[in-house]
This record gives sequence, structure tokens and C-alpha cells, in this order.
Amino acid sequence: MTSRTLAVRWKAETLIVELGGDWKLARTIPRFGSLLEDDAQRSAPRAVEFDATALGSWDSSLLTFLQQAMIHCEAHDLEFRQGDLPEAIVRLLDLAMAVPEQDMDDAAGGVSLPSAMGTRGIAAWDGFMAAITFLGEVTDSFLRLGLLRLRMRWRDFWVVVQSNSSGALPIVTLISFLVGMIIAFLGAVVLRRFGAGYFVSYLVGYGMLREMAALMTGIIMAGRTGAAFAAELGSMKTTEEIDAYRTLGISPIDHLVVPRILGLLVTMPLLTIYAGFVGILGGMVVAMMVLDLTATQFTGGLLQAVTLPDALLGVFKGTVFGLIIGLAGCMKGMQTGGDARAVGKAATSAVVLGITLIIAANAVIDWLAVVLGI
Amino acid sequence: MKYGPTVIMEDLTFQVGKGEIFVIMGGSGSGKSTLLKHLIGLKAPAKGSILFEGEDIIRADQETRKGILRRIGVLYQNGALWSGLTLAENVALPLEEYTELDTRSIGEVVSLKLALVGLRGFEAFYPAQISGGMRKRAALARATALDPDVLFFDEPSSGLDPITASRLDDLILQLRDSFGTTIVMVSHDLASIFKIADRALFLDIREKTMTGVGTPASLRDTPPSDEVGRFMRRSSESGPSRDPGASLEPRAQSSPDRGGAK
Repeated sequence: MTSRTLAVRWKAETLIVELGGDWKLARTIPRFGSLLEDDAQRSAPRAVEFDATALGSWDSSLLTFLQQAMIHCEAHDLEFRQGDLPEAIVRLLDLAMAVPEQDMDDAAGGVSLPSAMGTRGIAAWDGFMAAITFLGEVTDSFLRLGLLRLRMRWRDFWVVVQSNSSGALPIVTLISFLVGMIIAFLGAVVLRRFGAGYFVSYLVGYGMLREMAALMTGIIMAGRTGAAFAAELGSMKTTEEIDAYRTLGISPIDHLVVPRILGLLVTMPLLTIYAGFVGILGGMVVAMMVLDLTATQFTGGLLQAVTLPDALLGVFKGTVFGLIIGLAGCMKGMQTGGDARAVGKAATSAVVLGITLIIAANAVIDWLAVVLGI
Repeated sequence: MKYGPTVIMEDLTFQVGKGEIFVIMGGSGSGKSTLLKHLIGLKAPAKGSILFEGEDIIRADQETRKGILRRIGVLYQNGALWSGLTLAENVALPLEEYTELDTRSIGEVVSLKLALVGLRGFEAFYPAQISGGMRKRAALARATALDPDVLFFDEPSSGLDPITASRLDDLILQLRDSFGTTIVMVSHDLASIFKIADRALFLDIREKTMTGVGTPASLRDTPPSDEVGRFMRRSSESGPSRDPGASLEPRAQSSPDRGGAK
């Protein structure tokens, strides 16, 4: 391989650019503009011409240099003469400089603030309307399910039940046990100061059954199941499986969304009850170790203070959270864009939306419980 | 050649010459794409070897293998553009990986490559924002980023309308004629095969081997097996060519101008 050479000479008012040697991509590409700067003592040329007599092999590096030259000539109103450039190079340059078939300037250019705000506003409105439409379709499907007029694959329902019951138990057990311990530690530190350590069972039972069991299970399931729903349905959307349902006249909501939401509606209350008991067990371990209470003392205090409505309120919350997780996961999945990145985005937004709505719903239910005296 | 435990093809021996457009043909499920995966080193053959200028692409040491991979480009059936990167970033990545070009030069090469496939001004777009045909062309720009010596195409015209597919064929011819690039293409698009192929190989799913290698015209006029004959005649039985302007006659074997490149 001979080394690349680049030289200029003048012929009247024409700048002759001599290209020689082998041009390879691995090396830096020279700047065409700097050729003219180096020869600044001369007045600006009227034309640029190329002499490729000594040119060896070449690749895109030479094409890139020549493209620079063409753009420079166009910008400075200079005539671009091909000279004896090989025919193949000339053809490729013509191809590269051809006008693009579509003018996408508007899409590629900058966007003004009002335009950006308008676009965001329209997108938010579209999102809101899409959510309302989705909720309407789901409601319609559930009504038909209630009237036994919905055909759904019950196998999918049982798969969801299985994966959200036994499949979720290890993580729910671990988190609930630890949360129960944390509440008990908190109670032990505060209540012991007032000589009321015995009431730690009240705090653990009340806290777990009314609040934390449902809340923590909801957050776990939003991260675990909500994201999975969004990713599954999102992948199906990108591979046009959902479109295939629609083109066959089959409702994807009936076949894909209803079994998932129904599965969560069944498993979430059960998981909430389980999480409540495991959390109480965690609290009891701490009470026995830190406050020297016996198991009998702990359960006795618990049964005195915590009533059935407390436990039922927790179960109700779990059911509502299950509905929220299912709706958020399935909606984000069904609204996924057309590529792999969109699937990841759908899963993330399903988790964020699910957790946000769970916490908001928890606050609303607590407020209603206070108002209703539950 | 195996797919899982099942042997799908045996006794495959062929050579592809420099600057040649070589097509691997065969019916659906005959193993065309699997053979391509073997040729680009993604799969190892159950027996035998795949040689790139005498080097075994599978058994070569890492350095040699990287050197070989630097010299080949692949256009996958669905483009396989990285969805998280813009078109410019997609094309720039191989240049950043394999060359010492500065950022500005890379940007210029990227613009050139996109301009060559008719996508000037689309640098900042993501793959999801452009059409299927444009994605395929952008993927071609990425495959040619390093001016590869050999380009592999997996069903380049699949999913494209006839006009876009015909333009892609022109682009492939242009690449070969300008850069002297060797092209190995998997296809069952006869219009495309007759338009651009120098030679073609037929994979026979029933015989589990290749049953013919030759120019598309010779395979059509004097087919080595009934299966090849049926396959090659299919276009005239199933109606006109996809491109009214394109001749179904094979193109001249000589390439008009390969002088400058490589």
C-alpha cells in the first residue's frame, strides 16, 4: 500500500487538487477547507478540479473528502470539476448528493416552545383518551364475563393465578416478614419509653393487616407482575400478534387482558392475607427477642385490639391494588410502540403508574375508612 | 449443517469469487438463512469448515476472527438496527470500534453512507421513526460502514414493495461495481436473482444438499434437477416480474468498472 498524497497547484483561476496513493478509512480524513487556507496568498479560485492520475486504491475516505469539496464549492459558489476522477467515484458522488426523496426538515429541525407545549398537550390528551377507551373496553369485557357472554381462555387465567400465587410467595414472605420486624422494632423503641411495650402486638397487627400487608404486596406485584404484563403484551404488539387478534375479529381484551386482571383479582387478596400473617409473625419474633414477651402475650394483645374489619379493610385494599396493577400493566402493554425499546419503556411506565396509583388509592381508602368509622 | 439435533444439509461445497454476486436459493425451510449464519460465523458447521481467504472463520484465533469480521458486512432480514440508537449512531458504531477516525470524520463518513442509500438528513431519526424500506437501507449503510470486502444479505427484498426492492437491487449492483464488493445473498426472489446474480446455488430440502450451482439462466434453461427447474420457472408461471422495467435476463458477467476500489 502506498501512502496517501494530496497536493494542490494552480492553473489560471482553477485550483487543481492532486490525489495520489491509497486512501484508506483507518486514517484521518484531510479537510478540504484547509487546502485553501494553506494557499491563502492567492485570491479565491473560481473552480476546483481533481487530478487522479496517481490515485491508487480508494474507499469511503476519498468519497468523504470529495463530498466535503462538493459542499465547500456549493457554499462558496465555486465550480466543481470532476477532472479525471474514476467513473465509479463520480457515480457514487452523484448518488450521495442526490436530493433525498422526502423532505423531513420539519421533523428534524428545532421545535419552538409553544409547538413543544402543544405537542405535549395533544399527547397527554391522546393518552388520557386512550386510557378511558381501554377502561371502557375492559369494563365491557368484565360485564360480558358477568353475563357469561365472554369467551376467554381459562388456561391463561390459571397460568396467571399460578405465577402470582406460589410463584410470588418467596418474595412476599421475605418482604412481609422484614416489614413486620421493622414495625415491631419501631414500636419497641417508642412504646418502651412509656412502659407500654406490651402494646407492640397492637401496632404490628393493626399496621400489617390494615396497611402494610396490602401496600407492600401491591408494590411487589406492581414491580413483578405489572412489568411482566406490560412486557408480554408489548412484545405481542411489536410482533403484530395483537393486530392478528383484531383482524380476526377477536377482542384482544377478552383473550389477553381479562384473564390477567382476573387472575390478579383472585390472587391479590389471598397474598394480602398471607403477607399480613407473615408480617405479624416477624413482629412477634422481635417482640419475643427485644421485649421478652411470650407468644401467648403477643397473640392475646393482638386479638384484643385488632378486629375483623381491620383485616377485611386490608383484603379490600389488596383487591383494589390487584385491579390497579392489572389495569396499569395491561394498558401500558397494549399501548406499546413498535420497537424493542418501547417494550422496556412500557414495562417501566407500568411499574411507575402502578405504584403511584396504589399509593394514591391507599390514601383515598384510608380517608374513606376514617369518614365511615371503619 | 444441523438445526438442533437434526441434520438439515450435507455435502455443501462451493466457492465464491472476489467481486461476485452469489445467491443462495431454495424453498422456505431449506436452510438458506441457517447456511448464511454459518458463513458469517454465527454458527459452527457440524463437520467441515468455512474458509475466508484460506482462514477458517470458526476455528481462527480471536485476533484473526476479528480481522475477518472487520472485512465483512451483514444486512439482516429485518435490518436489525439497534432501536436505542439513532441512524447516525447505528452507522457510526462500527467506525468507532474499528477505525481511529476522529469524531468529525466519523460524522462525515456516516453522512456519506446515509446519503448513498438516500437517507441524507435522517441522521437523528430512530429506527422506529422510519419506514421498513428506509430501515433496510439504513441497515445497508451500517453494513457498508467499513467498506467491507464481502457483504452478506439475508432476503434483502423481503417486506419491501417492488419498486423499493428494485432500487435496493440497483444499490447492491452499484456497491459491487464501485467498490468491487463480493456479495453473498440469500433470496428466493427470482426477479432480484435474475437481475443481479452472477451465480446461484440451490438448496434442495428433499435431497438435503445443494443440487445446482451456476448462472441463473443456466439453472433455468438446463436445470440439474426437477426441483431446481420448477423453482426457476416459477416466475414465468406466476406472472410478470415485480419490476416492469427490469429484464429477467441475467446481467452481463463483466463488471464495467471495478478499477479503483480495493
